Amino acid sequence: MSDKSKGSVAPDVPATEPSFWEADKGLASWLFTLDHKRLGVMYLVSTMIFLFVGGAAALLLRTELLTPEGDIFSATVYNKLFTVHGAVMVFLVIIPSVPGALGNFLLPLMLGAKDVAFPRLNLLSFWVYTLGAMFFLYTLFAGGLDTGWTFYTPYSSTTGTSVVSATLGAFILGFSSILTGLNFIVTVHKMRAPGLTWNRLPLFVWGIYATAVIQILATPVLAITLLLITIERTLNIGIFDPAMGGDPVLFQHFFWFYSHPAVYIMILPGFAIESELIAVHSRKHIFGYKAIALSSVAIAIISFLVWGHHMFVSGQSELAGVIFSFLTFAVAVPTAIKVFSWVATLYKGSIEFNTPMLYGLMFIFTFSIGGLTGLFLGSLATDVHLHDTYFVVAHFHYVMMGGTIIAFIGGIHHWWSKMFGVNYSEKAAKIGALLVFIGFNMTFFNQFILGQQGMPRRYYTYLPQFQQQHVLSTIGAYILGAGLLWTAIYLIHSLRRGEKATSNPWHGVSLEWHTQSPPIQHNFHGTPVVTSDPYDFPEIDRTGETDRH
Amino acid sequence: MSAIATAEHPEHLAHHFDTLEQQAAAAKLGMWLFLATEILMFSGLFLGYFIIRMFYPEMVLEAHEYLSKTAGGVNTVVLITSSFTMALAVRAAQVGDQKNLIRNLIFTIGFAGVFMVVKYFEYSAKFEHGMLPGKFYHAWDHGYYIEGLPHIFFGLYFCMTGLHGIHVLVGIGVLTWILLRAKKGEFGPSYYTPVENVGLYWHLVDLVWIFLFPLLYLVR
Ligand SMILES: [Cu+2]
Repeated sequence: MSDKSKGSVAPDVPATEPSFWEADKGLASWLFTLDHKRLGVMYLVSTMIFLFVGGAAALLLRTELLTPEGDIFSATVYNKLFTVHGAVMVFLVIIPSVPGALGNFLLPLMLGAKDVAFPRLNLLSFWVYTLGAMFFLYTLFAGGLDTGWTFYTPYSSTTGTSVVSATLGAFILGFSSILTGLNFIVTVHKMRAPGLTWNRLPLFVWGIYATAVIQILATPVLAITLLLITIERTLNIGIFDPAMGGDPVLFQHFFWFYSHPAVYIMILPGFAIESELIAVHSRKHIFGYKAIALSSVAIAIISFLVWGHHMFVSGQSELAGVIFSFLTFAVAVPTAIKVFSWVATLYKGSIEFNTPMLYGLMFIFTFSIGGLTGLFLGSLATDVHLHDTYFVVAHFHYVMMGGTIIAFIGGIHHWWSKMFGVNYSEKAAKIGALLVFIGFNMTFFNQFILGQQGMPRRYYTYLPQFQQQHVLSTIGAYILGAGLLWTAIYLIHSLRRGEKATSNPWHGVSLEWHTQSPPIQHNFHGTPVVTSDPYDFPEIDRTGETDRH
Repeated sequence: MSAIATAEHPEHLAHHFDTLEQQAAAAKLGMWLFLATEILMFSGLFLGYFIIRMFYPEMVLEAHEYLSKTAGGVNTVVLITSSFTMALAVRAAQVGDQKNLIRNLIFTIGFAGVFMVVKYFEYSAKFEHGMLPGKFYHAWDHGYYIEGLPHIFFGLYFCMTGLHGIHVLVGIGVLTWILLRAKKGEFGPSYYTPVENVGLYWHLVDLVWIFLFPLLYLVR
C-alpha cells in the first residue's frame, strides 16, 4: 500500500467474515435490527412500495385526463387521487427515500464508523415511519382525503373526508424525519474516522448533513401546524378557520414555513448523490469542492426565508411579496453554483457512459429546467399569471421527480453492488434509463406550455383545445411508468441472477469502497484512517501537463 | 494505517463508540438538537398566540382575567424550585454523591407532581365554568359573559398549557426512570450523561412555562 495517490486507507483483510446480510438470520433479526445497513435496506423497500402506490395513483389521474370530459372518475374521486399521489410521494417517498435508504446505508460507511450515533433511535425512526404510513393507509381506506397534500384551511376544516387521520399520519412521519436528521447531524459531528476532517468529507455527506439541519429546524413547525389543524377540525378553536374567527392565511404561513424548506429536504439529497455520480464517473476531482459543500449549507439557511413565494396571490403585503421574491432569487445562486461545478467537473473528464452517469447527466438536464422555471414563479408579475396552473405542476415535477428521484435511481445503481453484492445488467439498465428520460420529459415538458396557456391544476375536466397536449402527457406517463417498472424488474432479477460484484467496481476513493461488498456487520475490520480527500482518483495527473486535474 | 481494537471495554460504552468521551459528547449534542426542535415546536404556538392577541386584544385581555393568577403563580414557583433541585441532582451525580442524587430526584418528581395537581384543579374549574376550547365553549350557560370570541383564547390556553402539561408528564416518566437507575448505583463521576440530559429536558419544560405564565395569566 505504498501507492501515494490512494486517498483513504483501510485494512485489506480477506473477506472471510460474513456480510451484514448473513450475519444474523430470521425475521426478528431484521425487524429489530440496530444495523444502519439493514435499516437502509428496509427504508429502500418501503419507499419503493410507496413509490409504486403513488405512481399508480398518478397513472390513474393521467388516464382520466385523456379526454376533456370526466369519464372514469367523479370530481371527488379525482381529488382524492391527486391528494393520495401528492401526500404519498412527498411524505412517504421523497422525504424519507434518500436519507432513509442511501443515507442510512452509506453515512457511517463513508465516515468510517461502525454505525450511526444512536442506532436504537434509528430503529425507532423506522418504526415511527411505519406507523405514520399506517395512518396514511387507514386514510385511504376510510374514505380518502381530498384536500390536496397542502391541507389548506378552511377547506380542510370543513370537508367530509378523513383529514384527521392524514394530518396525524404526517405528524408522526415528521417525527421520523426529525429523529433521522438528529441522528445524522450527531453522527457527522462525532463519528468521523481519524483523519476525516470536514474538508475531506464526501459531498454526499455534506448534502445529507445540510438536509438534516433543515429536517431538524423545519419539521417541528410542521408538527405544530398539523396538530393545530387536527385540533381546529375536532374542537373548532378558531385559529385557522375564518368562520370561527381564525385566519386561513396564518395556516398558509405556517405550512409553507415548513414546506418550502421541505422542498430542500427533498432536493438536497439529490444534490448529494449527484456530486458523487459526476465525480466518480468522470474520473476527475470534483470542481469547487468547498463551493458545493458550503452552498448546501447556504441553501439550508436561505430556504427558511422564502416561504412567502407560495403566497403571492394570498393577499400578503406587497412589500412582503417583493422581499420574498428577492430572497427566492437569492436561493437560486447557491443552487446555480452547484450546477456549474458539476458541469465544470465533467469538462475534460474521462466520462464513462454507464447507467449511474446517464442518470447523473439526466439530472443536470432535468433539474436545470426545473430550477430555472422556478425563477419564473418567483417573479411577482409572472407568478400571478402562472399561479395554480400546470406550469407549477411541471416545475415541481422537474425538480422533485427530475431532480431527486432521478438522482435517487442513479444513486441506487451507483451503490447497488455495495448494498447487495451483485451487478445488474448494464444493457437492461440503459434501456430503462432511456424509457425514464423520454417518458418523463414527454409527460411534463408540454405541461409548461399547457399552464402558460391557462390550464389550471387539480381539474379533472378541461377545455377541448388542451386535449392533444394532455394525451401527449398521458402517453409520456405510461412510458415513464413502464421505464420505472422495467427498472424494478431488472434490479430484482439481479438479486437472484446477477453476477457477484467486486468491492470497488468504479474505483471510488471514499471509504465505502474500502470494505467488501456487501459490507460486514461492523463495516470495517478495524478503524480506517483517512489521509486525503475523497476525489483524489489515482489516475488524476498531478503534473498539470495533461489537463486532468 | 492502523487497525485498533480497544482491548478493554468500559461497562456503559456502546459497541459503536470508541471512547466514553465520544459517547457522552454525542449524547449531549443529540440532546441539544432535540431541545432546539422542542423550542421550534412551541414557537409555532407562541406565534399563533401573538397573532390572535393582535387580532382581538380586548377579548384576550378580558378572557385572561378568568385564569387563576394564584394557581399560575404557585406553579411558577414550584417549577423553578424543581429546576433547582434538578440542578442539584446533576451536581450530585457528577461528584458521585449517591444519597443527594436520589433525594433531589425524588424532590424534583414531587414538585412535578404538585404542578400537575394544581393544573388539575385549574382545569376542573375551567370545565365547570364552561370555559372550554372552540365549539365546546359555553361559559354563558354558567353566567359568564366575555365580549368577542373567547373560545379562541381558551382554545389557545388549553393547547399551550396542554402541550406543556404533556411535557411535564413525560418529564415525570423519564425522571422516574433515572431515579430507578440511580438507585441501582449506575451513575457516578465517570458516567452521568443520562442524568444531565434529563436535567436539560427538565430545564426546558421549566423555561417554556416561564414564557407561558406571563403570556396567558398576566396580560396587560
Ligand atoms: Cu417554495
